[in-house]
Amino acid sequence: MRKLVWLAAALAIWGAGVADAQQQTPRKGGTIRMTAPYAASFGSLDPQATPRAQDWIVNQAIHRPLYMWDTANSKLALELATEVKTSDDGLVHTYKLRNDVYFHNGRKMTADDVIWSYTRIMDGSKGFPGARYIRVIKGAAEVEKGQAKEISGLKKIDDFTVEITMTDRVEPGYYLFAGTTAILPKEEVEKGNFASAPVGLGPFKFKEHIPGSRVVMERFDKFYKPGKPYADKLEVLIMAEAAARDVAFRNKEIDTSILGPAQYVAYRGDAELSKGILEVAEMFTRAVTFNHTVKPFGDKRVRQAFNHAIDTDLIIKRLVKDKAYRATGWLPPSSAAFDKSVKPYAFDQAKAKKLLTEAGLPNGFEFELTTSQNESWGLPIVEAIIPMLDKVGIKVKPKLVEVTVLTEIAMKGEHTAYIGSNLTGPDSLATLRCYYSKTPRTACNYTGFSNPAYDKLLDDAAQEGDTGKRNDLLKQANNLLFDEAPVWFFNYNKAVLAYQPWIHGLQANPTEITHQYPEDIWVDTRSPAK
Amino acid sequence: MLLVLTRRLANVIPTLVAVVALVFLLFSVLPGSFVSAMNEDGRTSIDPAVMERMRKEMGLDDPLPERFAKYLAHTAVGDLGISFRTREPVTKLIGARVWPSLKLVFVAMAFAISVGVTLGFFAALRPGSILDTVSMVFAISGLSLSQFWFGLMLMYLFALQLKWLPSFGYGDGGLTHVILPAVALGVGPMALLARTTRAAVLEILNADFVRTARSKGMSERRVVEWHVLRNALVLVITIVGLQFGSLMGAAVVVEKLFAWPGVGSLLVDSVFQRDIPTVQGCILLIVLFFLFINTLVDLAYVVIDPRIRHG
Repeated sequence: MRKLVWLAAALAIWGAGVADAQQQTPRKGGTIRMTAPYAASFGSLDPQATPRAQDWIVNQAIHRPLYMWDTANSKLALELATEVKTSDDGLVHTYKLRNDVYFHNGRKMTADDVIWSYTRIMDGSKGFPGARYIRVIKGAAEVEKGQAKEISGLKKIDDFTVEITMTDRVEPGYYLFAGTTAILPKEEVEKGNFASAPVGLGPFKFKEHIPGSRVVMERFDKFYKPGKPYADKLEVLIMAEAAARDVAFRNKEIDTSILGPAQYVAYRGDAELSKGILEVAEMFTRAVTFNHTVKPFGDKRVRQAFNHAIDTDLIIKRLVKDKAYRATGWLPPSSAAFDKSVKPYAFDQAKAKKLLTEAGLPNGFEFELTTSQNESWGLPIVEAIIPMLDKVGIKVKPKLVEVTVLTEIAMKGEHTAYIGSNLTGPDSLATLRCYYSKTPRTACNYTGFSNPAYDKLLDDAAQEGDTGKRNDLLKQANNLLFDEAPVWFFNYNKAVLAYQPWIHGLQANPTEITHQYPEDIWVDTRSPAK
Repeated sequence: MLLVLTRRLANVIPTLVAVVALVFLLFSVLPGSFVSAMNEDGRTSIDPAVMERMRKEMGLDDPLPERFAKYLAHTAVGDLGISFRTREPVTKLIGARVWPSLKLVFVAMAFAISVGVTLGFFAALRPGSILDTVSMVFAISGLSLSQFWFGLMLMYLFALQLKWLPSFGYGDGGLTHVILPAVALGVGPMALLARTTRAAVLEILNADFVRTARSKGMSERRVVEWHVLRNALVLVITIVGLQFGSLMGAAVVVEKLFAWPGVGSLLVDSVFQRDIPTVQGCILLIVLFFLFINTLVDLAYVVIDPRIRHG
């Protein structure tokens, strides 16, 4: 009898091991059901026509740019090329393209496609959003202005070799990894209905789009990564309403769901749901941006006092429900130039009062703070900081506007201060350039910040060819910025993706957690999707 | 009949022009633009040079009267312009949403009429009874319910707990996906119809001609069928017409909640992203639908009530 019990136990352990191994071995087939949570529709399935995060959730499955973000190694990686050689002056980059990349219409991708795609983006009459990235290629600006038809910095060496000459010494990956620079097949685009029937070279090919509901894609068997993708079908379902998404997720109708602060608490507190939570510090820095040209925010002591007057940790814990990381600089933790040793501004209202007194404001001051309704970086946060600032004599007059209007106000410099979320990666140099004195307000210098020492650090970093040294200079610049307190450093967004137990291969992508790599995702047999 | 139709159509044109002008002006003075909306809650940064080119391409920098004149001229020939967001013709975008919207509105209205009129009718036949009390509590609750909350409760009960229906989406366009959004959308009109039908039937039941019919020995069933139902129908049709016409516009919340791909969800998205041509197109369609249904109601009056025909 005892032998039988041991035998049964051994079999059970072996069985469990087999089951576990099966779940770890990617399974071919099945359907992935992801959600698009940021709007009630997709803007365009022509990736060059739309910079929206919502659209790239679909477009990343159908299309691909020259580079992609490598989440595992937290760096940019070549996607459509196997190698790149850079000239000594750092301006000319020669790419050896993959010779196994096929468009979904069966044609092989060549250097001509890269050149044609980048030239299309610079069509000045269209206002393609990716022009901001391609403009760094020599001669692209001339095409944009209509002064030339071809980009002089693009040269075809042979069918699978293309040479790209830049205007500045930059890391080209930061410019050529954006979805708006995806490589497209000319013959399909010129048919005229590309946004309705897109043809790309990604792991999934387009099958169906029900506007306002879903996009369905099928596995592309000639995808250039052997054995991938795993799933037969990928559905991206539009679900803009968080409460409805929650019901659908619990009802197992969707495989992934992005969580807001309230749901994050509920999911963490649930024994089952808490097993499927993916978290990452995204490259978004939330802050109150001061206009330094408006008194008294031109004074560094006032800005520092603001940072000391607020119990930021308390707000993150109580209001944001720990769905954020305390900001200790402008650059996010995923940046190579992020300095982990920097401590946040201490909550010290006595120090804040002292700094205000030193700045000639012993009785404090009053100012208008422009805000949107956003729950994580809008009115609820402003309502929380009002009494804290009041204790040191700073009176806040909130001004509520729509998010769309907030951007416009910031660009025109019509604010005294505003609270918002800012994209702060992955290009640390470009991100820090938003505080460069020569960067216009319309570009992103919404503070009007100007500091010669800071400018010099950025100039040196731009000229530095060695990545390590460059990151060191950027780290110094980021720390200088933290000390100068051009903003109230609030937090870095903690993006949270809930996932079902049968889905595997999801990645904590810090550039945007909803931008998954569908070729790496697979579902096991427990998935209820047909 | 033809006279009624001609008179109605003559009224439609100035209404349409007024709506078009109002929508155009409102969205011209509203702060924020499509280009600034591309910032997408801080998820995307925008290049000022690209912004400038986009504004130019979309004609956002042209003088307001010039833009309005162009818009009117194009609208008059059925060209609603190009969507800022998708760069596709607005007619194409709306065309893809019309059928799901109509499907939702028709099912919602079928639910509202079948449940609302039946409840109101039987409640009126037995005033003060338990049926009357229960149905009126039901009706008042239906009028006070928030569509959003009620929709969530339906999802929770019928999808999550009972597993009878899918909680969201369009699916393959079949009936199972439309039931929950249609009930959420139809509960308001259902409640209104129940109350209106009850009031109308009660009033007619106490009218002189009904008393006369009864005194002449007509059976109660024939009294109800011949006199009460026909006379109550005019009022019921008025409410049905008004509710039906406004339902497409009212579907905004339900469509967004249930991820239903109708005109309402397209409108919401387009407003937030300042896709003005699409907003204008959606509102124009909703107004047209309202006017069309009301014209049908006017014609129905003529058929049902000879006094209107001869008047």
